[in-house]
Amino acid sequence: MLVLPSVIAAQTNLLSLLVLAHFLVGALMLTVLRRRPVIGAAFGIVVLAAMAISVVVNGVGASSPHTESTDWIPELGFGINFALDGFGVLMALIVSILGAAVLAYSLFYFEHDGTYSRFVGLFMAFAGAMTGVVLASDLFTMFVFWELTSICSFLLIGLNDTSETARKAAVRALLTTGAGGLCLLAAVGGLQVAAGTVSFAELAANSPQGSLVQASAMLILLAAFTKSAQFPFHFWLPGAMAAPTPVSAYLHSATMVKAGVVLLARTSPIFAEIGPWRWWIVLAGGITMILGGVRALGQTDAKLLLAHSTVSQLGLLTILFGIGWGPATYAGVAHLLAHAVFKVGLFLGVGVIDHNIGTRDIRKLGGLRKKMPVTVAALVASALSMAGMIPLFGFATKEKSLVALLDAEVGGVATVALIAVLIGSVFSVAYSVRLIRGLLLPQDDEHAHESAEHHEASAVSKFVLSSPVIVAGAVSLVFGLLASTVGKWLVAPGSSLEQEAVSKLALWPGLNTPFVMSIVVLAVGATVGMTVPLVQKGSAASIGESVFDRVYDSVIGSAKRVTSVAQSGSLPAYVAVVIAIVGAAITVSLVTGGDLPTITRFSESWVQVVIAALTVVFTLGVVKVRLRFTAALLLGGVGFGVAMLFVLHGAPDLALTQLLVETLTIVVFLLAMRRMPRDFSPSSQWAPRSIRVAAAVFIGIAVPLFAANVVASRTESSVSEEYVARSLTEAGGRNVVNVILVDFRGFDTMGEITVLALAAMGVANLVRMASRERRSKTSEGVVS
Amino acid sequence: MKRSVILEELVDRWLVKVSVLVAVYITFRGHNAPGGGFAGGLIVGAAFVLRYLTGRQLTIARRPLQHPSRLVGFGLLLAIVTVITPLAVGATALESHIWKLSIPAIGEVKYVSSTFFDLGVFFVVIGVVLMVLVSLGSEGDRISVDDGRSSQ
Repeated sequence: MLVLPSVIAAQTNLLSLLVLAHFLVGALMLTVLRRRPVIGAAFGIVVLAAMAISVVVNGVGASSPHTESTDWIPELGFGINFALDGFGVLMALIVSILGAAVLAYSLFYFEHDGTYSRFVGLFMAFAGAMTGVVLASDLFTMFVFWELTSICSFLLIGLNDTSETARKAAVRALLTTGAGGLCLLAAVGGLQVAAGTVSFAELAANSPQGSLVQASAMLILLAAFTKSAQFPFHFWLPGAMAAPTPVSAYLHSATMVKAGVVLLARTSPIFAEIGPWRWWIVLAGGITMILGGVRALGQTDAKLLLAHSTVSQLGLLTILFGIGWGPATYAGVAHLLAHAVFKVGLFLGVGVIDHNIGTRDIRKLGGLRKKMPVTVAALVASALSMAGMIPLFGFATKEKSLVALLDAEVGGVATVALIAVLIGSVFSVAYSVRLIRGLLLPQDDEHAHESAEHHEASAVSKFVLSSPVIVAGAVSLVFGLLASTVGKWLVAPGSSLEQEAVSKLALWPGLNTPFVMSIVVLAVGATVGMTVPLVQKGSAASIGESVFDRVYDSVIGSAKRVTSVAQSGSLPAYVAVVIAIVGAAITVSLVTGGDLPTITRFSESWVQVVIAALTVVFTLGVVKVRLRFTAALLLGGVGFGVAMLFVLHGAPDLALTQLLVETLTIVVFLLAMRRMPRDFSPSSQWAPRSIRVAAAVFIGIAVPLFAANVVASRTESSVSEEYVARSLTEAGGRNVVNVILVDFRGFDTMGEITVLALAAMGVANLVRMASRERRSKTSEGVVS
Repeated sequence: MKRSVILEELVDRWLVKVSVLVAVYITFRGHNAPGGGFAGGLIVGAAFVLRYLTGRQLTIARRPLQHPSRLVGFGLLLAIVTVITPLAVGATALESHIWKLSIPAIGEVKYVSSTFFDLGVFFVVIGVVLMVLVSLGSEGDRISVDDGRSSQ
């Protein structure tokens, strides 16, 4: 066994490879392992466990942080850079250990169908992305993985893609966190320009100043607020609960929503002194904490209660990490750990209850105590930890937060923060008590039959589903009892971001101000929690949600209006726009340009004159005839005439292509015309005849003049000379036209054939839609 | 509609096949003489147009033509692979490689990698022509038939 750690330690970019392995398992899961989700999940658990082991081996006890970097765009100095410091170790362990637990839980929670495979694949991709976020040692790396977590979250919320609620919630979450991601990208750019680096360590060493740095700092705050669901962006998180419970437990409680907090943890030591940073933090965090608490108190769906409580707890974490004060960061790390443990336990527990008795309504949980006593006991322990009750871990960490904010030497902002945290904590206690009340409710005869109807799960699945819940409850209790040890071994290394010595976590801090505050908060909160009746308060949708929806709808609406004006669908209108713009451009260039070239030679042979004359006759014919069919044929004649001129001018390639295109165009014209009236109807004319004639004559005269002018105004030698010279030697072809197409300007051709393919698909779909419409109309006609 | 069996047989048996041969020739000579994938593709397309106009159907070896869009996809794929393959061997995208082989009795044969790109264009163009033909032709026929039924 001693060999293994040394092998692991010898790999210089092991963590990067393991992060990649997450994505690899995810990709396999969505493709070849689609029908074997259990194998995929097993692979996933192995990868997550390997991550946890290598994080411990490389990170614990290291004298300096283990770093890894992979070049990506070396020209811009961008790469994927990881650094495994104490905070990184703790966060990576939370991500991988909880990930493995939730994945194991999910095996028994889901039916093993296609949706489950998708879940496992996305889950692994998410776990990889999240590990990337917590290990990132520069802002660019963090941005890349940050965006990946947003996308995975979007897909996981919308996992049940037949539910409109889920799809809407997914879009809200994506657009909100996506906007934050753009802010982060802007901050990356701003800092790269202003400070010349985006590495956290270098930024901390340089402590850059200036308005651009300040703007970047505020953008970072916005990014963190959107991701961690801080006011006013808090609304997306409760909606995200449309996702299955394992997703909610892992992404929207324990890990992804902490990404914003991680960002604050990395950046607040650098930017906390800048501008209004601390005020933004305290206002957003404080409002979020109180608002989330109030809304959690009004919920009867246990999962939604937990969702709002997560919002509230994230407010506290934002304050602790963002305020930029060593002891507060220490308390933040401790509370982050505590929250991850109790919240995963609670979410998974609610999942078990939902799975077993088919309801999450806290008014209908009566009698659970008798059915699953151990699980309920564990849930109560977790809920008490959430309330901050002695002797659970949540008490020690909440206590530490109060101490840190009391002592913080950052000015009046700390006092505001303290008051907000105290009020918020009262609500935390209250909603926790409310949840416990529901859990311990006496058996209610009215609802007894409902639970009886639900099928009994197998003993194995019950055991596996309940075990993480029980473990989480036990950990909350044990960590609480051993608070000082946990503080020394887990939290202190985890808060390595700050150099200041910090006071220890303790179960019994003694009778001081923060302790009294805690007791008062507990007493008031418990009273509130006991007295608030167990009914749903307020509507399900929050104000934030409806504001978001209104903005979203109005953006879509105005896009539609712009499109309906710009893309009227009227061919004459399009042609008119093209003619007007081309005409204007040509007129300007003719007026401002130099003298017109004198034409020295009218033609090279009499054949040219004849063909040109014929072409003109055909053109006049196109204009004059009434029948569409004849017009199409005459138009073909014009094309053939032009092709002949190409031949005479020594451009066989052009002529060949032109001939073939003309041939096919005529056929396509004729095929399409079967659906149109035989004649051009005078009533559909778009503008008066005089205007149309004037426009046509103008374009007809201006374009040749313009072409002549362009040719005459050449000052550099033609690029085609170089092409001709290099054609045979470098591209191995004597036909320079073809060599240009497939070699020198191959990218252009690539784009052109892509457009061609898209156009063909467009034609095919338009016709298919038209025929479907016609068919449905026909069938309606039959019915009536 | 009056149909000429002889004309149909002639077109089906010979014209399409000869056209494809000519088109392949035109495509491959394109690097050194007038021609190329675009023109070649159009020739095959034109042959199918003729086939359709004589018999009102699109068949290859008497079997109905299915999924012309796959030709488009195949062509695009071929072109993209040709564009990015040089990256794998350390050259820049689209860089041409010239193979020179000397085959007994024929002499030296020169082959340029960009021909694959041109073949991609060839298939895209055939596919596009056929897609348009199927959409505006056969689907259009079906619409006309529906109309006939509903008006009765």
